[in-house]
Amino acid sequence: MYSNRVLKNKIAGGVMFSITVASILLVILIGLGLYLKSVPIFQHNSFWHLITSSEWKPGSGEFGFLPFIAGTLWITFIAVILALPIALLSALFLTEYSKTYIKKWVFTALDILAGIPSVVYGVWGTLFVVPWISEKLAPHFVEYSTGYTVLAGGIVLGIMILPLLISLFVEIFSAVPREYRDAALSLGATKWQTSKYVILRKTFPGILAALILAVSRAFGETIAVLMVCGNIPLMPHSLFDSCYPLPALIANNYGEMLSVPLYESALMLAAFLLFIVVFIFNASSRAVIYKIESRFK
Amino acid sequence: MKFKFIEEKIAKVLMIGSSIAVFAFVLNIIYTIFRRGLPALNWDMISKIPAAGYYNGGGGGILNAIVGSLYIVLGSTVLGLLISIPVVFYLNVYLKKDSKLAYIARLAFDILFGIPSIVYGAFAFTIMIYLGMHTSLGGGILVITLLIIPIFIRSMDEVALQLPKDLLDATYALGATKLETIKVVLRQIAPGIATATLLSVGRAIGDAAGVMFTAGFTDSIPTSLGQPAATLPLSVFFQLSSPNADVQDRAYSAALILIFIVLIISIAGRLITNRFSKHKI
Repeated sequence: MYSNRVLKNKIAGGVMFSITVASILLVILIGLGLYLKSVPIFQHNSFWHLITSSEWKPGSGEFGFLPFIAGTLWITFIAVILALPIALLSALFLTEYSKTYIKKWVFTALDILAGIPSVVYGVWGTLFVVPWISEKLAPHFVEYSTGYTVLAGGIVLGIMILPLLISLFVEIFSAVPREYRDAALSLGATKWQTSKYVILRKTFPGILAALILAVSRAFGETIAVLMVCGNIPLMPHSLFDSCYPLPALIANNYGEMLSVPLYESALMLAAFLLFIVVFIFNASSRAVIYKIESRFK
Repeated sequence: MKFKFIEEKIAKVLMIGSSIAVFAFVLNIIYTIFRRGLPALNWDMISKIPAAGYYNGGGGGILNAIVGSLYIVLGSTVLGLLISIPVVFYLNVYLKKDSKLAYIARLAFDILFGIPSIVYGAFAFTIMIYLGMHTSLGGGILVITLLIIPIFIRSMDEVALQLPKDLLDATYALGATKLETIKVVLRQIAPGIATATLLSVGRAIGDAAGVMFTAGFTDSIPTSLGQPAATLPLSVFFQLSSPNADVQDRAYSAALILIFIVLIISIAGRLITNRFSKHKI
């Protein structure tokens, strides 16, 4: 016969098991829900047409996602180009060169950067980045730019993914065993050569995985990007054009979407696209990171 | 001098430069918000709800948004803890180290962690429409709970993974059931819980895209879960979209208030984390 305590143990186990399974099912549920909601639009347009057309006229049933997809890809690309070198160099500095007290300072700064809400990044973007682009930078390249541009989105987003990138890189670089460095240094390599030929090469898959993770974070960033990108549903042709990323599209139109037929379905498709990209990116990069961590253990 | 030493010098300068750049960004952001937000900041801002015509330059403040945000953060943090502590405990104590379920669960939480809040918002919004619910404080709390559960679980799990196996064995040897070891495990992962709470609160208070769909916006302070609730990030956002310069200035002060709250939480959290670490082996 079970004693009371053992019975309690069993019941608690069952409850905890169901909470765990429920949260796994949540992933599937979200994907399925968004997919079912976006099905109606497929009955009027093929998937291929939807993502390659650049006509966006919800009133007449034209839903071309290309400008939005292009906008999202543009700003993400710029963000990565800007953030990657800074993140790699400062992560190397923190793991290979710096003293402990410097590390503490930089980590505090990173914590603050990671904690700043995205709406504040947006405000900063409109106060600092946008005027800077329209007054200082753009006149060298184009006749006129409002400043609410692809580039502004890229810069703001780049700074937003910095803390994530640096902390992931630091984690990955610290996983490389001491002996690898000692071996390189004893062969007469400088610290930079050690970093370049040993650390970076050894952790290359991890760097890639971290990057993918940061990219998927950048894809979904909504409010900050919405505030600095200009939100015009046209294909951007240069860094100084406005763009309209996917998350901004969803956020801007949630109010009126119920009054136009298929509009809701189109927005849910946008959310579904984001979900799928994030799902694939996260799953693959996590798998790589797990593998690396277990290799060095 | 050999090339490799010159290279070393250049690399070092670049690295220090990058680290300084990180500092420069932080200082620039905080300075910019302070410079524009401080002049318009006054006691009315944080003690009054918007008066009639507030968005055209009328009197009042953003107490509605401050209170709304605090309600949502408080509600979702409590709910989040109630759900995630059992999961972390289950993953680390009930399941074996190489369990397939634990692997899948961790992967699922990693994926949930990456899902943008706008997608959570859109998903929750469709569910709410399906159930015939209106935008409400309760809806906002639920979405933010979904959003922060992965953060809770991931950061607590990281600490729980370090639990010494001997410690668990010692409790079993004394005749404790797996459930009863929770008393020991909780003390051990207390610093992890504190850090996780800190991270989640920061994310919860700053999130705009998720609550936009679900909590709505209102000028009054909600008195029940069924009423819509304003939030600080949305308040900043809406005031900034106003063409009126006075209202825009208030948006900057609201952003400043938001930064203040986030900074206070992170400093307080640091102190609490240190205190919670006393039971750690």
